[in-house]
Amino acid sequence: MDDLYRELILEHYKHPRRRGRLDHPDISAEEHNPLCGDRVRIDLRIENGIITDARFDGRGCAISQAAASMLTDEIVGMPVEQAKRFSKEQLLTLIGIPLSHNPVRIKCALLPLKTLKAGLYGVGHAPQDDEIE
Amino acid sequence: MTASTTLSLFDIVALRREFPILNQSVNGKALAFLDSAASSQKPRRVIDCLEDYYRRYNANVHRGIYRLSEEATFAFERARGKVARFINARSQREIVFVRNTTEAINLVARSWGDANLREGDRILLSIMEHHSNLVPWQMLAQRTGAKLEFLPIDGEGRLVLDNLDAQLEGVRLVAITQQSNVLGTINPVAEIARRAHAVGALVLVDGAQSVPHMPVDVQALDIDFLAFSGHKMCGPTGIGVLWGRRAILDQMPPFLGGGSMIKVVGLYESTYADVPARFEAGTPAIAEAIALGEAVDFLQEIGMDRIHAHERELLGYALERLREVKGLRVYGPTTTEMRGSAVSFTLDGVHPHDVAAVLDSEGIAVRAGHHCAQPLHAHYNIPATTRASFYLYNIPEEVDRLVAALHKARTLFG
Ligand SMILES: Cc1ncc(COP(=O)(O)O)c(C=O)c1O
Repeated sequence: MDDLYRELILEHYKHPRRRGRLDHPDISAEEHNPLCGDRVRIDLRIENGIITDARFDGRGCAISQAAASMLTDEIVGMPVEQAKRFSKEQLLTLIGIPLSHNPVRIKCALLPLKTLKAGLYGVGHAPQDDEIE
Repeated sequence: MTASTTLSLFDIVALRREFPILNQSVNGKALAFLDSAASSQKPRRVIDCLEDYYRRYNANVHRGIYRLSEEATFAFERARGKVARFINARSQREIVFVRNTTEAINLVARSWGDANLREGDRILLSIMEHHSNLVPWQMLAQRTGAKLEFLPIDGEGRLVLDNLDAQLEGVRLVAITQQSNVLGTINPVAEIARRAHAVGALVLVDGAQSVPHMPVDVQALDIDFLAFSGHKMCGPTGIGVLWGRRAILDQMPPFLGGGSMIKVVGLYESTYADVPARFEAGTPAIAEAIALGEAVDFLQEIGMDRIHAHERELLGYALERLREVKGLRVYGPTTTEMRGSAVSFTLDGVHPHDVAAVLDSEGIAVRAGHHCAQPLHAHYNIPATTRASFYLYNIPEEVDRLVAALHKARTLFG
């Protein structure tokens, strides 16, 4: 468990960096994890193909919310094309917890990434769950 | 602190030894299994019973004219008789073997429902139903144009029956859980049945959480259908029971078509077997049915009222000790009165999944989520809860460990 709730996760959970909404975002997407009722919304501001601002909102466990906080932090300043290719491995490295053998909790961690992709690709066009995973 | 309990009634330590799985450690701590509401553990004799069938007399039932098949058929039908006596059915012909509670309810919705419901008819449910006693009725309503009506609950998580008679108007079927898998509430099924019958409605009881934990007598309750699952009552997965009143089952059309459920088959039409065979198409879960019979023997030798009393002791102790945990809210009745031992709660500032993960690190197995009762969670405006549930093998020390781990979760996230 100390693995699961590293300092960094708890820090982002208790003090999320980019929680909130953007006024008139260029992209806004929301995804749910029906298994546990977790919900993440991500708002993006995009200028000249670059993500210039990002906010997240939602409710869920420490893993999903901390991952959303870290991911939104990470993508600000990133070209959209690069963000579209942000991989599952990159996310897991970012949050730094061993989840590959935890099929339930990995869904929590990947929810923000799924939300980001739904936003960037447009709902219905995002890579499917198993492609993200 | 340890509670005094009535455990001396039966030797709990010896009883725990009957469950091989309980003798292990998880994350370096002794396993405390507090998720029996999802699925119970199995005593050695049930596991042995499955193996014995495969090793000694594995053969299809109701078919072969040879020793093994006869032995398998005998054991299979004897299990049906055990289950019938367990719930005090009038006849073992009233016992239909299915896969689980979900299938039992779907069988009634498809067979009885499609044949009997018309547009405008009503089905009365409650907002605390498990999805398996909700979605089949939604599907039936969509097929037939019937309407769903819901009994509300009060602040203690108990059904509000003040308007029952008015709500029963035009109702053809009441489908209600006897014990909520989230709140633990035990519902007054006999009273509901009496009033439902007064307007000519039938009553289906979801017994998934009651049959494993308390004495259930279908004649005393005077209900029409009872659905329950073997895996929650020390039996195997893949076997469940639909009990129905003979006179009603006799009138119902088949559910699935195929082998075993027929009398005479022609190329274009067939006649159907009598109940219960009419509803048991194909090769049944033979080993599982026989092992369910073994589980029933096991439970009855201990005594369902003693199991209920033991759980009630544990529940009382748990409710008392959980009050010590700051920021913890229990959903459902706050006393042991008419209450089963599933205890769902939230902890301020800690998501139910995180609570469960901290408990897991202490070797304590609980469930977190919506427990297949999303409308109930929506009623409380929460996405999920953490649930601890107890059974005959749980001990007060496990309650103590639960409480200690909850304090730890608070500190970690506080
Ligand atoms: C009250 C209730 N009804 C129905 C079910 C469904 O049981 P099963 O999944 O065995 O069909 C459950 C268990 O999950 C339950 O707790």
